[in-house]
Amino acid sequence: MEYFLEQVLNGLQLGLMYALIALGYTMVYGIIQLINFAHGDVFMVGAFLGYFGFAVWGLPLPAAILLAMVACAALGVTIERVAYRPLRYAPKIAALISAIGVSLFLEYFSSLKFVFGPNYRVVPRPFAEVNWKIAGLTVTNIQVIVFVVVVAMLVLLQFLIYRTKIGMAMRTVAVDHNAARLMGVNVDNVISFTFAIGSAFAALGGILYALAYPQIHPFMGIMPGLKAFTAAVLGGIGIIPGAVLGALIMGQVETLTAAYVSSQLRDAIAFAILILVLLFRPKGLLGRTETEKV
Amino acid sequence: MPVLEVSGLSKSFGGLKAVNDFNLTVEEGEIVGLIGPNGAGKTTVFNLITGLYKPTSGQITFLGENITGLPPFLIAQRGIARTFQNIRLFKGNTVLDNVRAVSHPTIKYNLFDAFLRTPRFYREEERVTREAMDLLEALNLAGKAHEKAGNLAYGEQRRLEIARALAAHPRLLLLDEPAAGMNPAEVRRMVELIRAIKDKFKLTILLIEHQMGMVMNLCERVVVMDFGQVIATGTPAEIRHNPLVLEAYLGKGATVA
Amino acid sequence: MKVSRQALWLPIGALAFYAAIKLLQFGGMISKYWQLVLDQGLIMVIGALGLSIIYGFTGQFSLGHAAFYGLGAYTAGALDKLYGQGNPAFFLLSLLAGTLLAGIVAMLIGLPVLRLRSDYLGIATLGFGIIIKVGLDNSNKLIPMLGGATGMSGTPQLAKFDLIFLLTFICIILVRNFIFSTYGRACTSIREDEIAADVMGINTTRYKSMAFILGCSLAGLAGGIYAHRYPFLHPSNFDFLKSFDFLLIVVLGGLGSMTGTIITAIAWVFLLEGLRFVLGQSFIDWRGVIYALILIVTIILRPQGIFGGKELSILVPKLPLKAPGKEQQTYAGPGS
Repeated sequence: MEYFLEQVLNGLQLGLMYALIALGYTMVYGIIQLINFAHGDVFMVGAFLGYFGFAVWGLPLPAAILLAMVACAALGVTIERVAYRPLRYAPKIAALISAIGVSLFLEYFSSLKFVFGPNYRVVPRPFAEVNWKIAGLTVTNIQVIVFVVVVAMLVLLQFLIYRTKIGMAMRTVAVDHNAARLMGVNVDNVISFTFAIGSAFAALGGILYALAYPQIHPFMGIMPGLKAFTAAVLGGIGIIPGAVLGALIMGQVETLTAAYVSSQLRDAIAFAILILVLLFRPKGLLGRTETEKV
Repeated sequence: MPVLEVSGLSKSFGGLKAVNDFNLTVEEGEIVGLIGPNGAGKTTVFNLITGLYKPTSGQITFLGENITGLPPFLIAQRGIARTFQNIRLFKGNTVLDNVRAVSHPTIKYNLFDAFLRTPRFYREEERVTREAMDLLEALNLAGKAHEKAGNLAYGEQRRLEIARALAAHPRLLLLDEPAAGMNPAEVRRMVELIRAIKDKFKLTILLIEHQMGMVMNLCERVVVMDFGQVIATGTPAEIRHNPLVLEAYLGKGATVA
Repeated sequence: MKVSRQALWLPIGALAFYAAIKLLQFGGMISKYWQLVLDQGLIMVIGALGLSIIYGFTGQFSLGHAAFYGLGAYTAGALDKLYGQGNPAFFLLSLLAGTLLAGIVAMLIGLPVLRLRSDYLGIATLGFGIIIKVGLDNSNKLIPMLGGATGMSGTPQLAKFDLIFLLTFICIILVRNFIFSTYGRACTSIREDEIAADVMGINTTRYKSMAFILGCSLAGLAGGIYAHRYPFLHPSNFDFLKSFDFLLIVVLGGLGSMTGTIITAIAWVFLLEGLRFVLGQSFIDWRGVIYALILIVTIILRPQGIFGGKELSILVPKLPLKAPGKEQQTYAGPGS
């Protein structure tokens, strides 16, 4: 029983990190209907910048995090500006191909020796790991940090989207670019802002990931990115609570499969569940399947 | 035997009753107009007849056969074809292929004939191509056979939709606002066109239209819908003076000026 | 049986290509390495044509194409390794087995999954691809000879250029014949507007499945040939990144263009290897970076793909009309 609960806690930690990444996927999809395959690589860049910040350049951890988030926000905005905006009104698939290109670019560029280098790097812990025993359960300070930070970010995002002017603009653009433009919304800026927020979250996710699983390399973003994206689809892509729900489910499925079935089959089972869910709810758990207007 | 018999047809979306106890009989060779204010449920009736929506209750009989709940493609193969209010052509394909695609169920060669290009393949391809060209000819589109459907002018796209519908060899043709967005001269030409194809292809036609001139001119019988129900049926002349109809369109207390 | 003069251009072109390669081979101008690259290009043509049918012509977004490539490779490779002993007849049978298995799996997975639309279908097929990859990684637990994550070798290397070329040519002809038939028209109408196709009498479920099965079978065939040309099979050769490769080829070539798919598949393989050659040992790290940049720049410059849905005329059969006189093939002015 305790083992089970501990696994659930581990799954929660993983799920919350997936949620941070999934938010970026889902916000971008909601606003420009693009599967931003490069998002997982922004996550990787965030992890590296955070690592360089506190482990190489000796910045305090919060400063390193802030630096990584700001830099990744800028990276996200640049990617959109350079690789996606020229294709915004082209067939959807063109932007997707561009996203695959950007993803490969970030991976291979980061692998160059004068950038991050092709090797695995071990991330030193910026603080000691502390274990607490609560009602027979072992809880680590990293789990607590992940939980607090992610929940704080979710609240912040919720506030941003539903209580601020830019949030309202984002919701408008998500419904209809042209109508938003006619209402005086600067669509380009809103899209840039969405990429900035999503990328900053991915950077934060990357650093938390590196703290929890302290090993980083230029291709580390592929699988978490794919899983987070899957989580977003599972919950209903474009729907923010859906991304969080999907991510939490993904985290549990993965950890529990690894604990009770086989860690090698982890990914297979996670994706099998995704396919099953889609068969019964073709637009994800929270997605609304509406009759197409004819 | 009536071509189409709809009885007690209802469709709800959530709490909204889009179509409510709708009844309609269309006899062989008739042109029936289906009119009513926006949102009255006319297009929903078309979607129900063609199988795109499953009715909440009621029955649809076509040439004596109960077709309620059949998938759209089987209903089409029984002999009901339609056009769409917001033109839905296969835009990226050529005009000719828009028409030939719809001949598909009539093709008498199989996959292996296609792979191996047997004489039967050539024979059938020649037949459907000729038929399609004849249809395009009839709708004055033959010159555009090799253009992409999406590049046609608006009026041409409307005609192509009709040509495509005819390629399915329908007995009953459903036209959803064929004259929408057309000027009076174009409407007149469309009226002539519909009459011509009706005679040439021995069709029964049910059409939704907002252009009253067209309805009055073309239809022998008019069915008026409001709030998902039939509120009046009759000849165009009768409908024109029916107070219920005026009320539905113009609000209570309206009279003929 | 009437064979128009135009119909001969395709075999003539293929023969000329074949003769040119043969000449170069006899002249010793093609090294073993570039022969391998060329063969890989032809194998990619077969696999990519499969995705072209599924996505380019029928509009069904699949991100799991490499899974079927892998299924074909492992099936054909393992069967021939076990029973073939270099027997060419058995080699061909093993190719058939790989093709059929990929097709059967496509039928089983396609029936439920093809109900999904666009991106959701893409993600479901991506998931399926990952499941297959995990399966291959762990295959040795059920069947030790498949090697699991350590890979498999020992398949007789019987696929020579002549045969690969012949198979590629046959596939091109068959796909062309399918696309320019009533089945192809049913598929493209589904791509253009699935609802309209359904309402106009086309059994969309049936033709989506047909396209998917056919396309995945081609991937299986390509995989089977691959297994007989490359001595070492590894699950990572068939992961979702490989599926992306097929997707890139089909999209960059231009959706709905066989010509685009064929030329881009070969060009793509040569680009990847050419970069290795051009950059040399000292800049080899830049290969991925430059490849990625080429990808981004190409799609931004040609969002409709390089061939933008157009076909080389030798691939397009003429209208089967004896006397085009009245219905001229040129545009006869305004239509109204």
